[in-house]
Amino acid sequence: MIEVIEVSKSFNVGKVNQFDAVSRVSCRIMPGELTILKGPSGSGKTTLMTLIGCMARPSSGRIVLSGIGAGSLFGQDPDAAIEITSLPERFLTGIRRSAFGFIFQQFNLVRGISVLENVMLPAYPTGVNHKVLRERALTLLETFNIARHAQAQVGLLSGGEMQRVAIARALINDPSVIIADEPTAHLDSRLSREFMALVEGFKKGGKTVLIASHDPIVYDSSLADQVVEMRDGALVDGSLP
Amino acid sequence: MIMHPGVLALITGSLLTSAMILYAGWYGVRILRNWDLSSGSELQLALEKRTYLISTLLSYALGFELVSLFLFVFTADRLHLLFSGAMCAAGTLNANGFGYPLLILKLVNFLFAGIWLIVNHADNQGYDYPLIRFKYLLLVPLVPWSLLEFSYLFAYFSGLHADVITSCCGSLFSLERPGIAGDLVSLPVKPMRLAFFGTLGATLASGLFSWRSGKGFYPFSILSLATLLVSLASLVSFLCLYIYQLPSHHCPFCILQGEYHYLGYPIYATLLGGGLAGMGTGFLHPWRRRGSLQLVIPKLQRRLAGVAISLFALFLVIAAYQMVFSPFRLGE
Amino acid sequence: MTPSLQRHLNILDFALSSLWRRKGKNLSLLAVYTLIIFIIASIVFFTQALKREAGLVLQDAPDLVVQRMVAGRHDPIPVSYATAIAAIRGVSEVTPRYWGYYYDPVTGANFTLVAADDPQLKPEAIAIGSGVARTSRISIGDFLPLKDLKGSPVLFSVQKIFPSASELVAADLIQLRQEDFLRLFDFPSGRATDLAVSAGNPAELETIAAKIVHDFPDTRPILKSEMLRTYDSVFDWRSGLVLVVLAVAVLSFIIFAWDKATGLSAEEKKEIGILKSIGWETTDVLLLKSFEGIVISLSAFLAGVSLGYLHVFFFSVSLFEHALKGWSVLYPEFKLTPVIDPYLICLLFLLSVGPYIAATVVPSWLAATVDPDAAMRS
Ligand SMILES: Nc1ncnc2c1ncn2[C@@H]1O[C@H](COP(=O)(O)OP(=O)(O)OP(=O)(O)O)[C@@H](O)[C@H]1O
Ligand SMILES: [Mg+2]
Repeated sequence: MIEVIEVSKSFNVGKVNQFDAVSRVSCRIMPGELTILKGPSGSGKTTLMTLIGCMARPSSGRIVLSGIGAGSLFGQDPDAAIEITSLPERFLTGIRRSAFGFIFQQFNLVRGISVLENVMLPAYPTGVNHKVLRERALTLLETFNIARHAQAQVGLLSGGEMQRVAIARALINDPSVIIADEPTAHLDSRLSREFMALVEGFKKGGKTVLIASHDPIVYDSSLADQVVEMRDGALVDGSLP
Repeated sequence: MIMHPGVLALITGSLLTSAMILYAGWYGVRILRNWDLSSGSELQLALEKRTYLISTLLSYALGFELVSLFLFVFTADRLHLLFSGAMCAAGTLNANGFGYPLLILKLVNFLFAGIWLIVNHADNQGYDYPLIRFKYLLLVPLVPWSLLEFSYLFAYFSGLHADVITSCCGSLFSLERPGIAGDLVSLPVKPMRLAFFGTLGATLASGLFSWRSGKGFYPFSILSLATLLVSLASLVSFLCLYIYQLPSHHCPFCILQGEYHYLGYPIYATLLGGGLAGMGTGFLHPWRRRGSLQLVIPKLQRRLAGVAISLFALFLVIAAYQMVFSPFRLGE
Repeated sequence: MTPSLQRHLNILDFALSSLWRRKGKNLSLLAVYTLIIFIIASIVFFTQALKREAGLVLQDAPDLVVQRMVAGRHDPIPVSYATAIAAIRGVSEVTPRYWGYYYDPVTGANFTLVAADDPQLKPEAIAIGSGVARTSRISIGDFLPLKDLKGSPVLFSVQKIFPSASELVAADLIQLRQEDFLRLFDFPSGRATDLAVSAGNPAELETIAAKIVHDFPDTRPILKSEMLRTYDSVFDWRSGLVLVVLAVAVLSFIIFAWDKATGLSAEEKKEIGILKSIGWETTDVLLLKSFEGIVISLSAFLAGVSLGYLHVFFFSVSLFEHALKGWSVLYPEFKLTPVIDPYLICLLFLLSVGPYIAATVVPSWLAATVDPDAAMRS
């Protein structure tokens, strides 16, 4: 479970351009569920996801993760509750690597290297054997039907293929939570529906999924267990069940 | 000033290192003053980023300190030709009053930087920066020491003047310079030998005890330092004599040469490494109950103790081998 | 294999592939860097070799030379001093030496004329160094005219040319018989250029020298060891000056490297942002950057040092020829004996890799501490 308690994130504190991107947000993301963050552009969805995904630290408030297998980093039970609010970067990264998989709006693939290498990239620093890693990446590429492009340069792929590479990459460390920021923004409606089918697969596999989107195909989907709406950095009243 | 490339390399290197340490120290103080882990403020995040830079700088400084320790000795050895009466590095170091103190400064800075990196390594394992204050307090004295080292280095080399042919007469009348290292040489051999085997034995025993029981790291680290110092003194006072097989050649530097099978390298590597690892255990000891380090420090301490005793044991084997198998016998 | 080692290997692997991906930029960096190391290495190797050669020359020099000084200038020494010096305890032999310089207006070169006690040398015959033979374009059997004090030329037949093995020192040498030497220069009779003194026990040389100054206050004894020392420091001084000039070059290289490293292209920045967002930690990126630096500086170092080595020992420093020719018209065509000195290699390593590390540490850190969420917003 991911518990967000009164979390705020401000940029440029103390300067004229101080900006509260997220202010006093509280919510809960239950394991195995699909949670959707919706809201207009600039409402703070991405910022909130970076906080939950251990990419950035909140200015105030607390975030507690439990049952995601990060406890072992702290010499505790793997599923113990861990407060990530003020952890050093190397621990945040450790958690992020083991527990979270990210799918970005722009796919964020590294150009100039092959599809296969892109998929393997997140696991390099974990010290997995190169061969083992390769096998794992190839299996993932097969699952998403892009194994035949394994050696291709990513720049040459179509949008849908790029996204599937990005998804394979997100899964390489076998995370328990998948975070996707506007995953369908660059896809047409057919591909968007295909994406939702993949999400269904994640849910079946017991993964927790968090998606930020203002695409109705996503937030009106019957798969959603919880839709959280944001506006101007805060939750819209009554958006939490 | 002598324009030897080695001198230039040492001065440049030392200047760069001092600058790095000064920079690290400056941010160390800022970290000490402004650190607030519970805050997610931008200042705090920026300071946390700085810690990466500081530990990188310190590891380079440690590396340079180690390399330059040897480079310094070698350059001194190369320069001995320039000073009448100097037979090797020992003579060059004696050419003015800064040589030997500089060597000691280098040694101190090496140990300092090494210990800092050990503490830093432990700190990085804790999820709440448990040793951050201690670590940066430890950094503060390193700054003046390293600046001192640079100024000594500069003073030493700029005070070196080759005894070249002058217009009025040869230089040979610039008589024998007073010795500084002479005191070490004249230490009585018998008590020295006793002290040598005594401290080394005690250190090994205490290290073994600490390694097995996870206790007694304070005495072990003090003994490690003692072993380092006593062994260095013994090297000058009597160990070298066995290696050179000469009754009066006390130079601790010639053992680095090929004529003596580069024996100096394993000797100094084991001694410095052992001393550093051993002392490190003591610096970690006060923090072994810190929440986030409860599991880390005891493990690290035992590993360090293991390293220290193996290195010291190796040193003991080398020294004893020389003493037993050298055809040379010290007159009692 | 431990995960920690595997992590290093994985990151090294990626470092190599990203260096290769940006080969244009990295190769130009490598080329400049190699060039600088090449020049530094050439200078360091060359001075070292010169020192060695000078040491070889001095090996045959007498242990102690006694000169006479008049008004602070070197003056021919009365041969009669020799007997008195020979009487000093510990002195085994005293030999008067006759030598001097001769400026040849035709070639503009300075020859060193030495009176030899070689009995094979015929009257009015000379043995010359290969440099002399080359500049004056003469060979065995030819005649070399040398002007005497009054300006009238004296013809000497070339009887022998020294082999060029010891070229560096013997290049400008002309050997002739003692009586020819004395006649040519109208040398004051009963005087010699200086006295060579040898001692049975070299340890006594300093005492002997002290005694000589005491007995003959107008003389200056010079020990071989002092000579070595002087040579050494002169060579060091010269190469040191050049190195200081080069330091400026290195400095500009540092700025260049700094610029290359800080001016990360937008693409590179984005790439690091992606790495950080997908689970690389600052330490991992620092490791990546230092691997890149190690690969670049190590290859530049190896290439620069080997090229410098070849240049000095196999191509006779041909690129510096013009600069060095200024030292003397009789620029010898020498081959230096190749020696590998580990000390110099270490020194060069420090001189070349140190500044690079110092120049890149801050830029690498800046690159490595990009916020991981930056990639979410690009
Ligand atoms: N580093 C930063 N410095 C200053 N302001 C920032 C920074 N990052 C984000 N913001 C601001 O925070 C606000 C929220 O941004 P965020 O990206 O979270 O919105 P979003 O809901 O994801 O919007 P979109 O749907 O367009 O992606 C924006 O107005 C943005 O300008
Ligand atoms: Mg967004």
